[in-house]
Amino acid sequence: MATLKLTQVEKTYGGTIDVLKDINLDIKTGELIVFVGPSGCGKSTLLRMIAGLEKISGGELQIDGQVVNDIPPAQRGIAMVFQSYALYPHMTVRDNMTFALKLAKKSKSEIDAAVSKAARILQLEPYLDRLPKALSGGQRQRVAIGRSIVRDPKVYLFDEPLSNLDAALRVATRIEIAQLKESMPDSTMIYVTHDQVEAMTLATRIVVLANKGIAQVGTPLELYERPQNEFVAQFIGSPAMNLLAGEIVATGPETTVRLVGGGTATAAVATQASDMGLKVNVGVRPEDLLSVEPGAPYIFEGKVNITEALGEVTLLYFDRIRDNDAVIGKLPGIHQGLRGTTVRMTARPEKVQIFHNGQSLHYR
Amino acid sequence: MDGMAGGKSSLSWAVNISVVVLVLLWLFPTVGLLVSSFRTADQIAGSGWWTAMLPQERNETLRTDRPGDLETIPQVDGVYVVEGNLFVADGRTEGGAAISAWGTGSLAIDEFVPGDTAPLDDGQAITVQENGDYVWTSPTPQEGRGQRVFTTAATPPEFTVENYDNMLFDPSNREGMTKAFFNTLTVTIPATIIPILIAAFAAYALAWMDFPGRALLIAAVVGLLVVPLQLALIPLLRLHNEIGIGKGYLGVWLAHTGFGLPLAIYLLRNYMVGLPRDIIENARVDGATDFQIFVKIILPLSYPALASFAIFQFLWTWNDLLVSLVFLIDSSGDTTVMTKQIVELLGSRGGNWEILATAAFVSIAVPLLVFFSLQRFLVRGLLAGSVK
Amino acid sequence: MNPALLGVFTIFVGVGGCLAYFYFSNVLLDKVIFPAKGIHAGRNINRAEKVRPWLFLAPAILALGTYLAYPVVATIWLSLTDRSQGDAFVGLANYRQMGLDPKFWEALRNNMLWLIVVPAASTAFGLLAAQLTDRIRWGNIAKSIIFMPMAISFVGAAVIFKLVYDARPAGTGQIGILNAVWLQFDGGIGSLIVLRILPILLLVLMAAGLALLAWILIRPVVKPDHRRPGLIETLVRLLASVVSVLVVLACLRGILAAVGGTYPYGVPQQWLTIPVWNSFFLMIVLIWIQTGFAMVILSAALRGIPEETIEAAIIDGANPLQIFFSIKMPQIAPTIVVVWTTITIVVLKVFDIVYAMTNGQWQTQVLANYMYDKLFRSNDWGVGSAAAMVIMLLVTPILIWNVYNARKEMR
Ligand SMILES: Nc1ncnc2c1ncn2[C@@H]1O[C@H](COP(=O)(O)OP(=O)(O)O)[C@@H](O)[C@H]1O
Ligand SMILES: [Mg+2]
Repeated sequence: MATLKLTQVEKTYGGTIDVLKDINLDIKTGELIVFVGPSGCGKSTLLRMIAGLEKISGGELQIDGQVVNDIPPAQRGIAMVFQSYALYPHMTVRDNMTFALKLAKKSKSEIDAAVSKAARILQLEPYLDRLPKALSGGQRQRVAIGRSIVRDPKVYLFDEPLSNLDAALRVATRIEIAQLKESMPDSTMIYVTHDQVEAMTLATRIVVLANKGIAQVGTPLELYERPQNEFVAQFIGSPAMNLLAGEIVATGPETTVRLVGGGTATAAVATQASDMGLKVNVGVRPEDLLSVEPGAPYIFEGKVNITEALGEVTLLYFDRIRDNDAVIGKLPGIHQGLRGTTVRMTARPEKVQIFHNGQSLHYR
Repeated sequence: MDGMAGGKSSLSWAVNISVVVLVLLWLFPTVGLLVSSFRTADQIAGSGWWTAMLPQERNETLRTDRPGDLETIPQVDGVYVVEGNLFVADGRTEGGAAISAWGTGSLAIDEFVPGDTAPLDDGQAITVQENGDYVWTSPTPQEGRGQRVFTTAATPPEFTVENYDNMLFDPSNREGMTKAFFNTLTVTIPATIIPILIAAFAAYALAWMDFPGRALLIAAVVGLLVVPLQLALIPLLRLHNEIGIGKGYLGVWLAHTGFGLPLAIYLLRNYMVGLPRDIIENARVDGATDFQIFVKIILPLSYPALASFAIFQFLWTWNDLLVSLVFLIDSSGDTTVMTKQIVELLGSRGGNWEILATAAFVSIAVPLLVFFSLQRFLVRGLLAGSVK
Repeated sequence: MNPALLGVFTIFVGVGGCLAYFYFSNVLLDKVIFPAKGIHAGRNINRAEKVRPWLFLAPAILALGTYLAYPVVATIWLSLTDRSQGDAFVGLANYRQMGLDPKFWEALRNNMLWLIVVPAASTAFGLLAAQLTDRIRWGNIAKSIIFMPMAISFVGAAVIFKLVYDARPAGTGQIGILNAVWLQFDGGIGSLIVLRILPILLLVLMAAGLALLAWILIRPVVKPDHRRPGLIETLVRLLASVVSVLVVLACLRGILAAVGGTYPYGVPQQWLTIPVWNSFFLMIVLIWIQTGFAMVILSAALRGIPEETIEAAIIDGANPLQIFFSIKMPQIAPTIVVVWTTITIVVLKVFDIVYAMTNGQWQTQVLANYMYDKLFRSNDWGVGSAAAMVIMLLVTPILIWNVYNARKEMR
């Protein structure tokens, strides 16, 4: 029900410490936007600026076309779910959920309706008169979500809501959040996480934050298949994308790169003749590497240092070559006896990325 | 929270001002006493201590030199001139004040400003300068007493350490605080150290040793924590008399030890329980005895808790009146402590604030020093002792 | 011997004796009585471990027993005997005699007043100071200053405040700040505002706040909505709300007095000799001392509140006052109880202030001073001990509550 627009938003602490700068972002009604990025890159800060808990040092934030920079949090029509849940420990679940409504002087019938609806959606009905300390972690999490639902906000904000849960509960709750979003197709949500699985599974679009700014905005698959830069390429996907240094030796609709390690890579990336000889990094995801027959062209050749058999896949860790990072391969199925052998690998051209100065040549 | 959007900065002004008011309210009484202890009896009686910092407006009636005492009166341009300084004239010796207004009649004491010339009877006139210099002219030789001049002068603030000299370093002053000071010290130091030692061992046993009745003992300590010591006065005094201790230092030390123990044990046990179990078990595995563990590991690690209890006990024994009154001070009064001495002064010298203020400050100074230098430990001890 | 020398000597003997006791008793246990050698080594070690705790505890138990536990019993006994009849058992005669003494009732009444006013005021001021100083940059300095009276003896504080309350004859300059301020009031508009309208406003506010508090306390009992309080909670709530209502009534009387009373403008007042008021002037001394304690502890509690619950409340639309009363206060309620009870105990034992400032004259008597009077001035041990038992009785609920909590915590 709401759109957000961030224009050149920036944040500095104490006038000197830059945390974020030049953030431009358009969020449409009904989107679930996920902010990801390494710890300390300013995800929470950005979210808290949207919430109004932090002042915006520069730029402009609009919600539904209205500039809200100086509007206090309560009047922005947002609701927030905190990492620690931030339940009021002295209030029952019911009181936790009705606190905001009572402050807003809603009528009793309205409050009761909102609470019973939220309790039904989140299966909290049996716990309404309990104190938070008598609830499990997952239940507390649901109360925190319920507390925002009853307010029927324009924008939901989540700050790492799952990181205090154990692994199994995290998956279950993640799915619940996805279902919740589906049941409220009009509500706009912003979700902060450092977990890329959450990002990939929940997001309509992902915003990758790095180096005080936005590294890339796109749908999960765009980010996976067409990373705009080396940072995104390596941040999304696990294990991270392999990067191999080389030099362009053939241009055209497809580009060929001779690699420092001796192999050659062909990528479905268009280049011009002037790019000849350009120093680039070739990016290939471990899961895109295929072993090749002797004699066929290869991207990479190396001795397998360690193998990890995970059952569905086998991870190959190669010896480091020169100053490249150690290459990792991921082969489907079980492969025994590869350790210590020398293996040649290649990849299909449309799976190969080329980066120059850290930027993908796709996006020139 | 300060960074919140839409926050008001006027609020922060209000907060600052409220805190200033609060701090001043809390500081004012003590500062009053401190300032008073540096003023003479006359100053204290003459004006409120809060005026002591400001130059004092003082009205005085001064006289010029007696013309009758002068051998000859110099004549200048046909008029007789008596010159001098009001502050040193007529036998006075003090000077230094700056005259802000003066007059020659008691009904108009601030008629003139310095430098003016005031006409007098019989064609005489007088000029007075700010520093008290005057020129008194007359067509006929002046006679008899000096001319009266009413001055309004600002005297600079004046402080003295004479009170402290009197109360501390005058051996003939029977009301002096020196003896009481040393008596207090004599009470305080053993009464601080001994309970710590006893309590530390007990706290270790209650925290880390397993024996039947432990929980009961801890509950007993918590209970004894609040027993009013009023209850103990008569039975213990009787006990002391029966076993021959009577009134004296030994009795007061024992009493303070007994009364301080519950808090000491409680604080130290709370702290020791929080020490990592691994360290202690590791030492046990290494073959250390409980005595070694206690001395080599627990005591050094518990040093913050020991420090905070030591401060508590020190402040409490130093400031105590009741226990000393009952267990120490006999009719000879040789063992009087500062608090008792002050109470007596309050009775006998109720109006002599220079004495009271100085005596009180002598007794307050040491705890304040301890307080400001070791506040950290005090706060930590308080928190350990009461927040749960 | 010179007392200082004796002191040093005692420190050495005391400390050395303690250490020697602990060391040698342990050596004795391990080497001589239960040596960890020979065929019985294992059994001996176990036995030594059983005995050792008592070695560690012995001096403490001895001291606690002699100096605190025994006197409680002895005082009960003393309160039932008469010294002048050769310590004969006289039943409750001492209590009866005390009950006929108007001074006792005056002391009890004053103590009740102290018990309501001092803990409430100290906690309230402490809370205010903690809340305010936590939000400013020089807060730590401010805290230090407000905390400072904690280091000053009650006697020292008595002198300090005697100077504040000092009065000189009319016409001469006042050296007590209170009278100096008082003489500034002349019955004009300024006096009207400061001495009538302002107190009335404050009292009305206080009465309203307390009435609200009483209602909040009593509501779950008379109108339970979701959760019914237990028996003990009901009783505590009832008691607390009755006390609040009483204080509200007192506020209303104060308002009447402020509206209709006549003030002796221009006459310096002997503050400590005006009954009822003088008790309040004595209480101010204790409040001045105890506020710092309350502030330090409450400030730590306030800082312990998770910041995110406050942010959640901001987003929920609570204003600063609502945040303070609905989010912060309930979260630090247990700490407030601790502070309150601690100060209550101090109040029950308060002696030095009254002893030094008025010695119970002009209707300022309190129990501790009354007891001292009986014990050491009238030499009436029976009545004195009976008074001590009254203090003990007043402390007992807190004692039980503390022990109950400590046991709960240990599980
Ligand atoms: N009050 C502050 N003063 C200075 N720096 C801060 C402050 N709050 C956060 N930061 C800095 O801002 C950066 C971003 O923090 P945050 O938004 O919490 O990161 P995350 O992405 O892990 O949520 C961090 O490097 C942190 O050090
Ligand atoms: Mg974060």
